[in-house]
Amino acid sequence: MSLYVDITKRCGDFLLRVRFETRDGLFAILGASGCGKSLTLKCIAGIEKPDTGVIKLDDTVLFDAAKKINVPTRKRNIGYLFQDYALFPHMTVFQNIMCGAKDKDRTREWIGRFFLEGKEQLYPAQLSGGQKQRVALARMLAQNPRFVMFDEPFSALDNHLKTQLEREVMNVMETFENGGIFVSHDRNEVYRLTERIAVMENGRIVDIQNKHGIFDAPKTLAATLLTGCKNITRLERRGNGYFAQDWGIMLSCGNDTGASGALFRYAGVRAHFLEPVGTDERGAENVIACEILRVIEDTFSFIVLFTNRTVAEKTGYAVMTYELAKEDWRRLAGEPLYLKIPMDKLILMEK
Amino acid sequence: MDYSPLWVSMKVALTATSVTFVLGLLAARFVLSLRKLRLLVDGIFSLPMVLPPTVVGFFLLILFGKNSVVGQFLLRMGINVLFTWQGAAIAAAVVSFPIMYRTSLGAFEQVDKNLVYAARTLGMSEGELFFKVLLPSSLPGIAAATILAFARALGEFGATIMLAGNIPGRTQTMSVAVYTAMQSGNRALAYRWVVIIMAISFLSIVLMNYWTSRQNRACMREGGSGF
Repeated sequence: MSLYVDITKRCGDFLLRVRFETRDGLFAILGASGCGKSLTLKCIAGIEKPDTGVIKLDDTVLFDAAKKINVPTRKRNIGYLFQDYALFPHMTVFQNIMCGAKDKDRTREWIGRFFLEGKEQLYPAQLSGGQKQRVALARMLAQNPRFVMFDEPFSALDNHLKTQLEREVMNVMETFENGGIFVSHDRNEVYRLTERIAVMENGRIVDIQNKHGIFDAPKTLAATLLTGCKNITRLERRGNGYFAQDWGIMLSCGNDTGASGALFRYAGVRAHFLEPVGTDERGAENVIACEILRVIEDTFSFIVLFTNRTVAEKTGYAVMTYELAKEDWRRLAGEPLYLKIPMDKLILMEK
Repeated sequence: MDYSPLWVSMKVALTATSVTFVLGLLAARFVLSLRKLRLLVDGIFSLPMVLPPTVVGFFLLILFGKNSVVGQFLLRMGINVLFTWQGAAIAAAVVSFPIMYRTSLGAFEQVDKNLVYAARTLGMSEGELFFKVLLPSSLPGIAAATILAFARALGEFGATIMLAGNIPGRTQTMSVAVYTAMQSGNRALAYRWVVIIMAISFLSIVLMNYWTSRQNRACMREGGSGF
């Protein structure tokens, strides 16, 4: 199944303008809350009507503003897993799944497939969070949907449950032949579950790549921030290289301009890619002499907040983060810290 | 003591409530689907609630009188509602309709939007959605609406007396009986009717509360054996 979406929708001051195409497998939309992810899903499902544009599932036109086509939600046959699961509270597990399956034998089959035997006559309020999700998944898949959509299904759960339910969705998507969209604000979730990722900000898709591309070389500042990069600086062109204004050092980068020939405006480096170097290398290129501000002990690592010791004027982005394994920090602690920004890990952005 | 006002009242209120129940729910469902005309239609449906009952009675009298199209049509069918208990039921239905309509509209609006969306993505038609999702999810609210409408229909006075008059044994309801008893100086009789009306009204409210709390308990029983 391939889904083609090219729509705009205005909601008060907010303008949604998205265009993307999905192929087989699970496609992700990563974005902060309020960026228009859910609105996009609602447009695809037919719950909201876009102002202009086209939505196509394979050869079926679901929406075309110019041709005045708007297939009603119930005829689109797109499965939708809501964040709160939207189980019907007055119906039993059996009745809920029956709403999707439409037939008693098929309902029983799905109850078996999701290990819900014995729970048929319970109401949603009597189920645990995991059971609720299984009922919702069973109900959605029992309607034999042409396409499925997951709207932040794990965001309200605690970590332990999250991991289990994520595996469940993974298993489901392995056997489900048609494609789907998974929407989340959690970069790790998206990375584990999907192959292709679109990053969305303020109603627009700012970057679409496969997951390795999007985490190694995001193209925009928004994508870099959303994929969890903690160290960001503004760049200023100086001679053959760039001066990192917020970090206060010169960066010598291999290629000088972006793909489109434009100058890079921002650079970033992930907190765990920084490399400690010895005192003898402190004068080398791309090395920062660190003034340590604070050391935070995390579950499996240390997080070191620092600034460049040689910079007098500190800007908002001047505080940088270095993350490393506990035993590594125990070795380094107490000594003057010099960190090198490895050039192959530097993320360069045109906007 | 002549208990006929009690029976007339019950007949009138129950008939009016049944009519109002169906029409009020349909009206609420209809207004729920409106976008642009919503305020206007809502205003029209709510009008009998804010108008003085005598004004409602006046309009009904004109509508069902001999000179109107409706009145003439009914006359040709051999039906006369003026000064009959059916007339009283019509008056009570019109006056209690906005209460049924507004309370159930509120209940429908309280239903989690995602339930409605989920029902649609599961392929339910709008009719199925109404009977399988919207109605059951708003049952406590609809029960409250029905009881309130019934209480209002039972207490209806102004429009009733204009459309159906005050004929003992035929159109004299309890609230009209209280008025008549006071007018003729029979304070003891007025007291009796007042007590009976209060008892019935109180009982309906208690029954409603009991029923809604049971409903809630059935759905909200916590439990589950963990993941």
